[in-house]
Amino acid sequence: MRNHRINLLPHIDWLLVFIYIILICFGWMNIYAASSSENHQEILDFSTRYGKQIIWMGLSVVIAIFLLFIESSFYEKFAAYIYLACMLLLAGLFLVGKNINGATSWYAIGSFSIQPTEFAKTGTVLALARLLNERQFSFKPFINKVKTFVIITVPAILITLQPDPGSALVYVSFILLFYREGLHSNILIIGTLAIVLFVTTLVFGYVYVIAGACIITAIILWYISKVRKKILRFVWPKIIGILTIVSGYIYSVYFLFHYVFQQRHRDRFNILLGLSNDTSDIGYNTYQSIKTIASGGFWGKGYLQGDRTQGKFVPEQDTDYIFSTIGEEWGFWGSALVVILFMSFILRILFLAENQKSKFSRIYGYGVACVFFFHVLINVAMVIGLFPTIGIPLPFFSYGGSSLWGFTMLLFIFIKLDAAKKYEL
Amino acid sequence: MKKRSLLFPLLVIITGFIFVARLFFLQIVHHDSNEISLSGSAIKRIYTYPERGFVYDRNGKLLVANEQTYDVKVIPNEVKAFDTIEFCSLLKIDKKYLITKLDRARNYSPWLPSVFLSQLSKEDYAYLQEKIHKYKGFSIQRKSLRKYPHKSAANILGYINEVNEYLAKKNPYYEQGELVGTQGIEKEYEDILRGTKGVSYKLRNRLNKVIGPYKEGIYDTLPQPGEDISLTIDLDLQAYGELLMSNKRGGIVAIEPNTGEILALVTAPSYDPNLMVGRERSKNSVMLFNDSINKPMLDRGLQAAYAPGSPFKLVEGLIGLQENVITPNTGFYCHHGYRYGNKATNFMGCHCGITGRAIDLRLGIAKSCNSYFSNVYKLLLEKYDTSQESLTHWAEHLRSFGLGDFLGYDLPIGTKGFIPSADYYDKVYPRKTWRYTTTISNAIGQGEIVTTPIQLANMIAAIANRGYYFTPHVLKKINGNPIDIEKFTTKKQTTIDAKNFEPVIEGMFDVYQNGTAKHVQIKDIDICGKTGTVQNYIRKNGVKYELADHSIFVAFAPKDNPKIALAIFVENGGFGSTIAAPIASLMIEKYLKGTSTSLKWWEDRIINTSLEAEYKKQLSIQLLEKSQN
Repeated sequence: MRNHRINLLPHIDWLLVFIYIILICFGWMNIYAASSSENHQEILDFSTRYGKQIIWMGLSVVIAIFLLFIESSFYEKFAAYIYLACMLLLAGLFLVGKNINGATSWYAIGSFSIQPTEFAKTGTVLALARLLNERQFSFKPFINKVKTFVIITVPAILITLQPDPGSALVYVSFILLFYREGLHSNILIIGTLAIVLFVTTLVFGYVYVIAGACIITAIILWYISKVRKKILRFVWPKIIGILTIVSGYIYSVYFLFHYVFQQRHRDRFNILLGLSNDTSDIGYNTYQSIKTIASGGFWGKGYLQGDRTQGKFVPEQDTDYIFSTIGEEWGFWGSALVVILFMSFILRILFLAENQKSKFSRIYGYGVACVFFFHVLINVAMVIGLFPTIGIPLPFFSYGGSSLWGFTMLLFIFIKLDAAKKYEL
Repeated sequence: MKKRSLLFPLLVIITGFIFVARLFFLQIVHHDSNEISLSGSAIKRIYTYPERGFVYDRNGKLLVANEQTYDVKVIPNEVKAFDTIEFCSLLKIDKKYLITKLDRARNYSPWLPSVFLSQLSKEDYAYLQEKIHKYKGFSIQRKSLRKYPHKSAANILGYINEVNEYLAKKNPYYEQGELVGTQGIEKEYEDILRGTKGVSYKLRNRLNKVIGPYKEGIYDTLPQPGEDISLTIDLDLQAYGELLMSNKRGGIVAIEPNTGEILALVTAPSYDPNLMVGRERSKNSVMLFNDSINKPMLDRGLQAAYAPGSPFKLVEGLIGLQENVITPNTGFYCHHGYRYGNKATNFMGCHCGITGRAIDLRLGIAKSCNSYFSNVYKLLLEKYDTSQESLTHWAEHLRSFGLGDFLGYDLPIGTKGFIPSADYYDKVYPRKTWRYTTTISNAIGQGEIVTTPIQLANMIAAIANRGYYFTPHVLKKINGNPIDIEKFTTKKQTTIDAKNFEPVIEGMFDVYQNGTAKHVQIKDIDICGKTGTVQNYIRKNGVKYELADHSIFVAFAPKDNPKIALAIFVENGGFGSTIAAPIASLMIEKYLKGTSTSLKWWEDRIINTSLEAEYKKQLSIQLLEKSQN
């Protein structure tokens, strides 16, 4: 295949590219709506956010084309180095990083800042693909579990220390990838259960949660014995043991939270879980965001006609809360369409990933889907008031060069890998 | 492996479904079709308030007007350095006032306007208006206040108040701090008087800065001015009634029988309506509302329920005729009273003084014979098989006169009074063995029955009309056009036939000819009336304190084609003939002739009669009781 001028174009998955283009263009229109003001009507005014975003978009196209021209085997060969480079960039922040809004997450180059967090995702997915692609890799040996864990924990810790815990949460999403690649489902179940119990204990208090756990167990037992007609005699010790462990876990969560944590830690969790009535600050964001979306109705108020958007009522509306602009100006049909577009986009990536011949490409594709899914899930759920406030961007919509480039890289490396399978081998 | 690859797509689809459902819930189920109210925080409403309507009396005399005053307001953060000496001399204030007021305004809010100087005189306003542009941060706000050229009729006119949080929540038209009628006709006809405020919608950003009109002003409206109303009240009669009632407690209600229009609604003591306006308003209202001894805010014409006393005998007689238990010629003997049982106490005394001959209905009314009406009551309560059934019929007749009912007049306050029912007595006497003897006090308008002065006046209007009445009301015209409200133009028929009224009216006529009101006859006017004297005492801890009787009088005139019907109630005024009867004659003459000259001596006497000493005695008894407890 080398030195053969092979035409790449027919092998590219144009559907993904098409959705990508629609999303970034529509995203830009909404950034314009959310950030324009009466005084700046010039579209190519580079002192404004929407003007800058045009530059970022132009540069992402350049990056995308550049990535398509790199040899696909490069990614597999250099995955570890790319990962290391990303980790060094993250670590370097502690030396020369620039603090914006309380987090040291940026490198400042002149008037221009870059956020390595956004690129670390790509590096991590590549590293994971590389590791899991090793011959006869299995999650069974303990050492493999540790290796995988280290790969995702290092960036997560570095990002948490910036501190930017919201962005660090993305690394949790890879559990879906591990499950796909053979991680025992018990770990997924126990992990989910641990999170659910942790959150519910903080919200409802340990007495209720322990009582609830017992009741649910009782219902399951009743179901098994009466409906499924199984004899339970021999599993009693197991059940009592599990209940004891669960109760112990619940109580220790309670104890840790109330007696070991300091108040500032508790505050952070309380705000995260919506337990604190901080309406002036974070509660205010969610309240305004929900009102803004609800005011859109079915057809929306029309582009640039959203009075709440134009009045700039929702804080961070061109970044984390960009979805509320869509909700107000484009209404139900517009915002539902965006949700459907994103979901189709992720399903398309999953579909392509499943069809990869190379395991590396499949794992990479799955990782990409994990990252996009997690971002859309957390961001949209936060804006429509289903999740507590966690500040992470909506891919392709939120204003910001680093995140746009990061997502573009993540996507186009996959498009390249996917295209390559069709003419390589 | 295949199964495992299904989890992720499934999660994606479920998430998409939840998101779309949530958006559907927010944007379609929860969407408020009234866009303006929903986006309230982005849109600022700016109101223009119309002038409130004027109020006139039935003859076109102005009762309520508006007065423009000017407040100087200040927004502390917008104040720039200025010539304080000139400013102080313009406003006639000293520098100390300026500094303290500015500090106070800043403490309240540096960004919001506070009142700097309220109610500027017109001259000061004229000078200031030309120079206000030099003083950045200061502005003049025009304010409209209610003004009352006369001191009368405060109880009818009512007052306006600032809208409180509760009303603002209940009624979306109002916002906190706006003005709303809270009592009297200001409340009853609020919608007519206030007009409709104009509104313009401005778009603003999160810093509250207005950034332009909302949707080019398509939702903006102009204010609709309030409409003027005329009342049925005759200002002269009202003021005269208030004068006659000075230093007394009680009420006068005068009604035009053939329309139901209320000519005068006097309550005493009352207050000057101007007290409820202006700078001293809050101080005055506290003083008025906290006066629990004189209760000037209580409208005794509408809200005070008393035993009706002898005037009640009029309906008693009418019911007797209607139920055919008596004829106009039926005669009863009076033996200085009426014995209804064997015990010594089972005796109702009578002061009619006619012995040795039978008393008929006309004479019974003229002389207010207790025995006569006790006999009628006995016959009425024994007419049907049971006392219960008989009393039910009796009460039904009474209700047809509007007794024991709010009547439906157009003022926002009132009391129902009380007409006992058979159920009521069954509860009081659980063995249900009660008879006419048990409730004999009803025969002469005492006992359980209580009525308000307006109910009595309405009852007299029905008698004057020989059998019907119109719902009493105070509204006559809106913007000069006579009102046509079905409620006020519908005849309300009583259960008594027209022919039965004549003997009763003749009896009332005799009251003036040779009865208890003979001394206050008026030449050329045939007045029909009835005195009442209600015994009155406080009984507590077994001790009975005798108080002066309540003085009552009801009347209408002229006898044929009546023009005025009225009820007068003077608390602790003594005999009906000494205070209430002269007031009735004076009022009737005043209304029918325009002046009242024929009873000059009585006029002076009534005006100068003060019952304060009696009220003080009453108060001291009440205080005594309190200290004993």
